[in-house]
Amino acid sequence: MDVPSDLLYSTDHEWARREDGRVRVGITDYAQDSLGDVVYVDLPPVGTEVEASAGFGEVESTKSVSDLFAPVSGKVVEVNESLTDTPELINSDPYGEGWLVVIEPSDPSQLDSLLDAAAYAELTGN
Amino acid sequence: MAESSAESDSPTEGELSRTALHDLHLELGARMVPFAGYDMPVQYEGVKSEHLHTRSAAGLFDVGHMGVVDLHGDPAVVAEALESMMPSAFTRLGQGRMRYSFLTNEAGGIIDDLMVSRLPDRFRIVWNASRKDIDLAHARAMIGDRVEIRPRGDLTLVALQGPTAVDVLARLATAGGGAEVEEMVFMDVGTVEITGVPVGISRSGYTGEDGFELAVPVDAAEGIVRSLLAQPEVAPAGLGARDTLRLEAGLCLYGNDLDEATTPVEAGLVWAMQKRRREQGGFPGDGTILAQLREGPRRVRVGIRPTGRRPVRDHSSLAAEPGGPPVGTVTSGGFGPTVDAPVAMGYVPTEMSEVGTSLSADVRGRPEEVVVAALPFVPHHYHRGGAAR
Repeated sequence: MDVPSDLLYSTDHEWARREDGRVRVGITDYAQDSLGDVVYVDLPPVGTEVEASAGFGEVESTKSVSDLFAPVSGKVVEVNESLTDTPELINSDPYGEGWLVVIEPSDPSQLDSLLDAAAYAELTGN
Repeated sequence: MAESSAESDSPTEGELSRTALHDLHLELGARMVPFAGYDMPVQYEGVKSEHLHTRSAAGLFDVGHMGVVDLHGDPAVVAEALESMMPSAFTRLGQGRMRYSFLTNEAGGIIDDLMVSRLPDRFRIVWNASRKDIDLAHARAMIGDRVEIRPRGDLTLVALQGPTAVDVLARLATAGGGAEVEEMVFMDVGTVEITGVPVGISRSGYTGEDGFELAVPVDAAEGIVRSLLAQPEVAPAGLGARDTLRLEAGLCLYGNDLDEATTPVEAGLVWAMQKRRREQGGFPGDGTILAQLREGPRRVRVGIRPTGRRPVRDHSSLAAEPGGPPVGTVTSGGFGPTVDAPVAMGYVPTEMSEVGTSLSADVRGRPEEVVVAALPFVPHHYHRGGAAR
C-alpha cells in the first residue's frame, strides 16, 4: 500500500496535507483498496462547518457505503467537483486527483494529533 | 472513513464452511467474505472489471455453496411429487432439460427458488446455499415417502458465464460425455468430459448472459477450474460481480427479493408456472396464488432507476413523494457497471407499478428521486437456438 511520507493520517483512514494554512483531505490507498470500486461520493457544499472525527460525507463502492470523517474541524473551502462524474478517481489516484475537500481549520493544533506515515503504515499492517 | 451500512449483514460467526475451491481463491488473491455460512470470494481484481469481463468474455464463478440433491424413483412418481411442492409443471419436462421453479408454503410464499433438471436416470435440484437445510427438510417431509432424496456432497458447482463461455467449454470438453456443447440451447442439460472427468453441464446461469453451469466431482474441481482459468477468455469473478450481474438482469436473490411472505405472483415469476398449474393448482398455497392470478396482487416487484448517481440500496423505503408515508421497499439495489448507473428492484403497490412512475426513496434519511423501470436493465443474451422448444 502506498503511504506518502509527507502526509498526515487519521485512524479513520483519511489523509491530510497542509497547504498554506489549509488542509487538503482524501482517503488513503489502503481505504480505497478496502472499499473497492467507488461509484458515488457525497460531499458537503463549500462553506459547511465540519468537526474533527465527525461524519462529513459518504463514499459508496459497488457493494458498501462508508462514512467520511473529518481529520480536523473547520470550514470546507473547496470540494472536488470532478468526483461527481468520475468517482473512480478515488481508486486510481487517492492522494492526487481523488482528493475530497479542502478545509480551513479552526484549530490547526488538531493536526498534531494525527499519525505520521510510519505510524499509519504500522496501523494498516504495512 | 468507516463502514456504516455495508453488506456485512452476514455476521462473522463460528466456523465457516469452505468450498472445494477455497485454496485456489486464496492463491488467486481473492478477498473473502462470509456468505450463507461459507467463506466465499467477493472479488479478485475488482467487482466492476469482473462484471464487465463477464459481459464481454467469460467469468468463472464458484457456486459450490449451493445445494445439489438428486431425486430417484419412477420418473412419473418423482415428477408428480415435484408438482406437489412446486407450482411448475414437471410431468412433461424432457430428459436433458432444466426448469426454474420454487418451493411454496401454505400461504403461497416462496420457501426457496431453485432449478430442476431431468437427467437420464434421475431428477436433480440445485437450491440456494442459505436455504438448503430448510429445503431438504421440507422436501423430505413432503415427498420423502415416495422419492429418494440424495444430497450430492460429492459434487460442487461452478458457473462459466459470458458470450465466449461456449467457445471455452467446447474447446475443453471432449466428446466422451456425449453432449455437444455448441448444440445445446438455454436450459439444456448434458454430460461432457473435461480433463478426462465426467462433468454435468447445463446451458444456464444467473447473470443474464449465455453460459454454463458445471457439476464437478469435488476431488477434480480444482484441476478442472485451473484448466478453465488457463483459457485466455476466462477470468475469475466473485460474489460481488455475481450480484451486480444478476441485478442488471432483473433476477431475484432469495432473502432480498424473495421470501416466505412473498408470492410468485407478487414477484413477477408467473412465467415459471405453466398453464395447467396456473389453472388447476395442486401445490402449497395454491388458494392464495390462484386468487392473486384472478384478482391481481396488491403489490408487485418492479425495476427502479434512481434519476441521480446515488445508489439506492436494499431496505430503502419508497414513498409516492419525498417525506410521504412509505408505500414500498427496495429489495436489491446498487450500481450497475454495464448500465453505468445505479439500479434497483423493489416492491410497490400495483397502482404505482407502471413504468415511468416517479417515486421517492429514503436513502439514510435523504430523499432520492427514482423512477419505475422495465426489467431487465440489460437485455438477456441466452442462447435459445433457432426454434422454440
